[in-house]
Amino acid sequence: MAIAVFTLILTRNLFSVIVLSGIYSFLMATILVALDAVDVAMTEASVGAGISTVLLLGALHLCKSEEAKHAHKPWLPLAVSLSTGALLVYGAFGLPTFGDPAAPIHQNVVPRYMQNETEVPNVVTAVLASFRGYDTLGETTVVFTAGAGLIALLRRRKKTEPEGMQRKDDA
Amino acid sequence: MSNDLVLRVIGRLLIPFILLFALYVQFHGDFGPGGGFQAGVIIAAGLIFFALTHGVDTARKVVPDWLVETMLASGVLIYAGVGLAGLLFGGNYLDYFVLDHNPVHGQHRGIFWVEVGVATTVSGVMLKIYYMFASRSGSED
Repeated sequence: MAIAVFTLILTRNLFSVIVLSGIYSFLMATILVALDAVDVAMTEASVGAGISTVLLLGALHLCKSEEAKHAHKPWLPLAVSLSTGALLVYGAFGLPTFGDPAAPIHQNVVPRYMQNETEVPNVVTAVLASFRGYDTLGETTVVFTAGAGLIALLRRRKKTEPEGMQRKDDA
Repeated sequence: MSNDLVLRVIGRLLIPFILLFALYVQFHGDFGPGGGFQAGVIIAAGLIFFALTHGVDTARKVVPDWLVETMLASGVLIYAGVGLAGLLFGGNYLDYFVLDHNPVHGQHRGIFWVEVGVATTVSGVMLKIYYMFASRSGSED
């Protein structure tokens, strides 16, 4: 996984970058399976490795396949991201150990979820669709809004010349 | 790529199984891993695979734009409608316990329809995004 990330940083050919990020997503999915988060792993494999790879390839078709050289040295962004990463790692040392039953997250609302008055065997589904139905309704609305916004943006420009660069981050 | 015979044949063989797996993920989400979002993405992935191997225009004939756009909106409406059904049966918004005489069955029914809504919207959005990209690039890659 680290190899994939470092090659990802160093490569300038966008096609190999897309393929590498697909590989990274698959590795991430296997890690999530190892952490017993099968639902998330499924989403990561299908969205991260599947759909977004296809969409990024579609976006690549609209622009140049070589990354442009930077105009100036990226020292400030590098310092910001390195210090943020260091902070996150430092914070991770303060977390309770993995699977610790006395961790705060297992003390408050989780026992009620685990009693599971809905009697749906998959707790993830029960939490998503029943206990937190409002959240999921909001998420569905977000997905819908993204699609509607995309339609509004792209349909109008059908006759003009394609300017595909700025659409990349939507994938 | 759309003229590659091997890809076309393999695609035709695989796509029914991809869609069947999506339905399994959808309707078995109560018991195993999965649910509406994953199922929606898998449906969209199967159809995008079809579009990749057979060309976007053929895919547009199979799943036309108006259907995709209707899916986009109707998923959210199904979800919100489940909430309203809870209100009609005398409970709170998105309260599934009142949807059936047996509260547990009511939960199952509510979750089922909510997941249907999520899957419809998600697959619609994914397909629509792909259609948009593919029609902009001008060729069937």
